Amino acid sequence: MSSNPNTIFKRPESLSDNITHYCPGCTHGVIHRLVAESLDELGLRERAVGVAPVGCSVLIYNYFNCDFMEAAHGRAPALATGFKRTRPDMIVFTYQGDGDLASIGMGEIVHAANRGEKFTTIFVNNAIYGMTGGQKAPTTMPLQKTSTSPAGRDVTKAGFPIRMAELLATLKTPSFIARGAVHTPMHIVQTKKLIKKAFRLQNENKCFSLVEVLSTCPTNWGIDPNGSLQWVTDNMQPYYPLGVYKDPEKKNGEES
Amino acid sequence: MPGIRIDKKYCKGCELCVQACPMQIISMSKEINVKGFFIAKVHEPTKCIGCRICAIICPDIAIEVVTHGTQYIPFEY
Amino acid sequence: MAKKLMKGNEALGEAAIAAGALNYFAYPITPQSEVAEYLCWRLPQVGGNFVQAESEVAVGNMLFGAAATGKRIFTTSSSPGISLMQEAISYMAGAHLPVVLINIMRGGPGLGGILPAQSDYFQAVKGGGHGDYRLVVLAPASVQEAVDLMIESFDIAERYLTPVMIIGDGMIGQMMESVEFPKKYRQQNDPSKSDWALTGAKGRSARVVKSLFLDGKKLEDNCLKLEAKYVEIRKNEVKYELYKVSNKNKVLITAYGTMARICQTAIDELEEEKISVGLMRPISLYPFPEKEMFKEANKPNILAILDIEMSTGQMVEDVERVTKSIKPIEFFGHTGGIVPTPEEVKDKVYEMLKKFKKDKKKS
Repeated sequence: MSSNPNTIFKRPESLSDNITHYCPGCTHGVIHRLVAESLDELGLRERAVGVAPVGCSVLIYNYFNCDFMEAAHGRAPALATGFKRTRPDMIVFTYQGDGDLASIGMGEIVHAANRGEKFTTIFVNNAIYGMTGGQKAPTTMPLQKTSTSPAGRDVTKAGFPIRMAELLATLKTPSFIARGAVHTPMHIVQTKKLIKKAFRLQNENKCFSLVEVLSTCPTNWGIDPNGSLQWVTDNMQPYYPLGVYKDPEKKNGEES
Repeated sequence: MPGIRIDKKYCKGCELCVQACPMQIISMSKEINVKGFFIAKVHEPTKCIGCRICAIICPDIAIEVVTHGTQYIPFEY
Repeated sequence: MAKKLMKGNEALGEAAIAAGALNYFAYPITPQSEVAEYLCWRLPQVGGNFVQAESEVAVGNMLFGAAATGKRIFTTSSSPGISLMQEAISYMAGAHLPVVLINIMRGGPGLGGILPAQSDYFQAVKGGGHGDYRLVVLAPASVQEAVDLMIESFDIAERYLTPVMIIGDGMIGQMMESVEFPKKYRQQNDPSKSDWALTGAKGRSARVVKSLFLDGKKLEDNCLKLEAKYVEIRKNEVKYELYKVSNKNKVLITAYGTMARICQTAIDELEEEKISVGLMRPISLYPFPEKEMFKEANKPNILAILDIEMSTGQMVEDVERVTKSIKPIEFFGHTGGIVPTPEEVKDKVYEMLKKFKKDKKKS
């Protein structure tokens, strides 16, 4: 019996030692870890530059050991475009919430994807504006109560939630578009594969890549952390089907 | 014989690991960390199978998993 | 390189290349779309990048991202487009990023018109975005000067790590004039030599380019750091030109850019009629030539100051502030794209001098 213990799970090198400001049970932390593990395992940390959004994860640069820049609300894909075009040898990724990407930043993400900018976007969809206190977002579910839809999202006035993965997958320019989730260990393992593949494709200079990840917001949903995971299963997953929507390595991007 | 280490300063008492552990050997202790969160604790360490699920679901990377000798890895991560 | 006959817009593009700025992000807008039309084929010849963005909002933010690499970055646009970039400019100022922006001004407000104007003075000089920041603002009066200022603006931007804006008007962009470029073009920056650019956390701790400081003291410190730069800029970067200024002048004209050239024609013609008028032409609108303008205005021979702009009067407020109105100040101008003629300038001078003769008789 070898005496020295070996560690089979520890904090990835790309993550700093800081305690995050995220609420207890918020799965931003899990998604951060999946990104960091991908950077570690592909050996990209020292060449990576992240673009922080405006939202709960605006302080993401405190939690990563790689260079970061901070975008105006919704504009991260434009910063990433500017950086990547000027330094194509570096690895560039944006980390954005649903208010940042699907609302104010819709123009930027659609055109960056359509130009086939070779950076990676991690799009965290928790169906609400977290940082500003739980307002309705473009991804808020029908009848979901938020601070700006207290009687529940009225689809006759606010329309239906936007499915970003499907929307971006209609663009002809080759790209890798997938949706994952982190509300069960199994889904976390699958989403890590998607995120790692996205970074691999960038590292191989192939195409634009975006992974949408369903996430929780216990505080603003008003549900305890474990209940929030269940809420994703019951409400978000049916409306936001998981899977790969566009894959340059497959002809019609069927489920992989 | 596998085991986990829960870092008191990172744990926010969110209880995700408590529910996720297949052996149901994690529970909330009475101990409070400096931020006032009750922190998780393994109440039956000998039953730990080193599956890493608690560490995988933890949003604050508070859990490290260690093992001695050969360890069965149930899935690739 | 020998003199070439070139359109202002294209000369601006070539000037950027001469300065080693090979990354250009832009959006089409009259009257300066020719810059993009020129650079889209010229930049690839020199290993550069041209990206046509989906909007000027995206352009402004692409500049932010590209500037964070430590390479020289620039854009050109016109009034409405520059308005859309104001948020990004505020972010770049707050994050201490060097970048050069060119505004070939057109008539405003709103969609306004496409003819030349100078009605964006306030936006450029008083800060169009939010927060405590200023922009270095340079105003060329000819295509050659636009080229020279363009090249120098990258040095200023990097010296102080700040955005710099060049404001010309539609004529500067559309006019064809002979222009000369430096014999030796500058190489691109080598980011690895930078101590702030994002080059990858290899063998060093991670760097962050940001403008968010949630802690009040830290944000004030950042603003004071900016203010310290502006003190230096006000000390070192003032540029202006005097034209036919002498102790025989009765009137001092203040004007900048194309408007100043038109005034020079009027001054030459007035000189033949034995009417002595001098011109003070600020080239740096920020830092404004404050001491120098007060000195000129304060001369005993100057009876009055005549500020002439292609707007409804914006720089005139700084002329009043700076000269402390020790002499009467008159304003004359057209806006909306109408360019005042030398005759109109002369008529204004005649009218002012007539009034003085009448006043002298009365007193």
